[in-house]
Amino acid sequence: MKRSKIGLALSLLLAVGTLLGACGKANNNAGNNATGGKKGFTVGMVTDIGGIDDKSFNQSAWKGLQDFGTANHLSQGKNGYDYLQSQSDADYATNLNTLSRQGFDLIYGIGYLMQNDVDTVAKQQPKSHFAIIDAEVKEPNVASVLFRENESSFLAGVVAGMTTKTNKIGFIGGMESDVIQRFESGFVAGVKAANPNATVDIQYAASFSDAAKGQAIASRMYSSGDDVVFAAAGATGNGLFKEARDRKAKNPNQAIWVIGVDQDQSAEGIVTAGGKQVNVVITSAMKRVDNAVKDLTTKTKNGSFPGGKTSIYGLAENGVGLSTINPALPNKAAVEKAVSDWTSKIKSGTVKVPATRAELKTFSVK
Amino acid sequence: MSFMEVLMIIIPSTLLWAAPLVFTALGGVFSERSGVVNIGLEGLMWIGAFSSIVFNLTFVHVFGNWTPWISLLAAMVAGGLFAILHAVASITFRADHTVSGVAINLLASGITLFLVKYIYGKGETDIIQKGFSKIDIPVLKDIPVIGKLFFQDTYWTSYLAIVVAFIAWYIIYKTPFGLRLRSCGEHPMAADTMGINVTKMRYLGVIISGMLGGIGGGVYAEAISSNFSHATISGQGFMALAAMIFGKWHPLGAMGAAIFFGFAQSISIIGSSLPLLKNIPDVYLLIAPYVLTILALTGFIGRAEAPKADGVHYIKGSR
Repeated sequence: MKRSKIGLALSLLLAVGTLLGACGKANNNAGNNATGGKKGFTVGMVTDIGGIDDKSFNQSAWKGLQDFGTANHLSQGKNGYDYLQSQSDADYATNLNTLSRQGFDLIYGIGYLMQNDVDTVAKQQPKSHFAIIDAEVKEPNVASVLFRENESSFLAGVVAGMTTKTNKIGFIGGMESDVIQRFESGFVAGVKAANPNATVDIQYAASFSDAAKGQAIASRMYSSGDDVVFAAAGATGNGLFKEARDRKAKNPNQAIWVIGVDQDQSAEGIVTAGGKQVNVVITSAMKRVDNAVKDLTTKTKNGSFPGGKTSIYGLAENGVGLSTINPALPNKAAVEKAVSDWTSKIKSGTVKVPATRAELKTFSVK
Repeated sequence: MSFMEVLMIIIPSTLLWAAPLVFTALGGVFSERSGVVNIGLEGLMWIGAFSSIVFNLTFVHVFGNWTPWISLLAAMVAGGLFAILHAVASITFRADHTVSGVAINLLASGITLFLVKYIYGKGETDIIQKGFSKIDIPVLKDIPVIGKLFFQDTYWTSYLAIVVAFIAWYIIYKTPFGLRLRSCGEHPMAADTMGINVTKMRYLGVIISGMLGGIGGGVYAEAISSNFSHATISGQGFMALAAMIFGKWHPLGAMGAAIFFGFAQSISIIGSSLPLLKNIPDVYLLIAPYVLTILALTGFIGRAEAPKADGVHYIKGSR
């Protein structure tokens, strides 16, 4: 009995010690910041399980930090910019806490998967500044970053509407969510704006990682006459590229096209058809997480951290956009002109691109 | 859309989807028929997908149009070698088969992703330029109706999978080797009494299973995903395992089950454009493959019986 009490006391002591130790460290670092001068602005990010080379938003966000670092003569590490990779969902909170204790001035959580953890850690570390990409957290020390994917998809829709010969266009979605719905609504609106006779064939794969299913859906779409297909479906979209390349290789005269997503995917459309290299990708609806990260970091450095607010990056803020149009497109000049016309209309606010299906119903272009 | 058009979409996509599962499920049959539970099929597919893509990217300039086939051989060898780990742990060291299989899965995903980062310096490989592409099978494609449905716009690998399934059936059920293999899975002591080297047969069963699992992964990577990343193999190995059980540990049964899975999957994809199914909400079509599978498992197949000594260690001299 006595022994166990001593044990309990000892472990309590240990626990308190650990906690105090942690506090001490945080305070020390905070003190450093407060006294200032000793070190410059520091910024860190926590990736999700994809890591900084996932060809998607982690990679893009890291590029944004690197660009920021180069522009401000910072080096990678505790006194400049750095990242921590998460191996599983359980690591998010730990990694966010670690960066906070190391005294980073701004800490990014990349991806909506981290929403809850950023919320929790932001409450625990009220003196640290956090930012979250692709989700909203309502805390005074958290800046939320969202994108207007519907605007880049709208431009992609314009391109698709002007390219199609059959007036049938396909859209493959990953899973039903607000983000993918923005892609869908914007795309459909763009198609309608450019070509009122065209219809959009929409199908969801219910997965972001099932290339086989993506390929089967793409096969169905091309077989039933869709000649331009846009996929906002992560790795499921790989199947679309494979199907398009296979069809082109087998029948080089067939006019079939793909529109990529998130970043310039033109490298995935290269295929040897009829003895020469062609590309089935027209363009890609890009999400410039790097620009958003750079912008927000610069704002924070200059002392205007948008805590508790949601910053939305669209065409006007260079947060989204289209990659270059495939030169093999027969009406490339006309398409490029239409894209730049619509871009300026969207930037100036004369056209408001729908972000939900409900908004799409009432959408019309004069 | 006419009925013919519908079939023309369903049949090729069914076969395409089923091919990797057929190979991997056959691998499972070989291993479990010899008495070693192989839950590591998923891991073996990882290894196969990884090695075929790396080999393809590295040697495409050397082998030209033959690259995908030779890469498939590389995947087979890599899968076979990797399966030796499972064999050593579960046969020689008598580890629990399920635990060893899970270890294989974890090790495979870890080691392949690590190597991709190490070799290419990024999280996923580039797209391969020479994969398996759509072909029309000469002569057979000209058969009226059937030619159009089965032999146009299809992939060689789908037919290879079906041929291999028949070869596997012949080996397991019609040759002395097959009889010995099965006897080790049913009653290893009796087999031992008859002078069969149980350890050797089980090693062979697991290694063949690794080779077929490797091919399965290679087929998926080269015919469907075209590159290797953390999302390339996501659950196909477990689907293959299910196909094997669904097929009652029989090579042709496993093949049929894999094709059935593919068919259910294709129906759910084509469903939205069929006049009959058009008004059904999406979610029912999406869950249809799984519901069909459960129905088939419970209603039509009857009891699936594993080999008697599947997962049981054979220790010489003990009863």
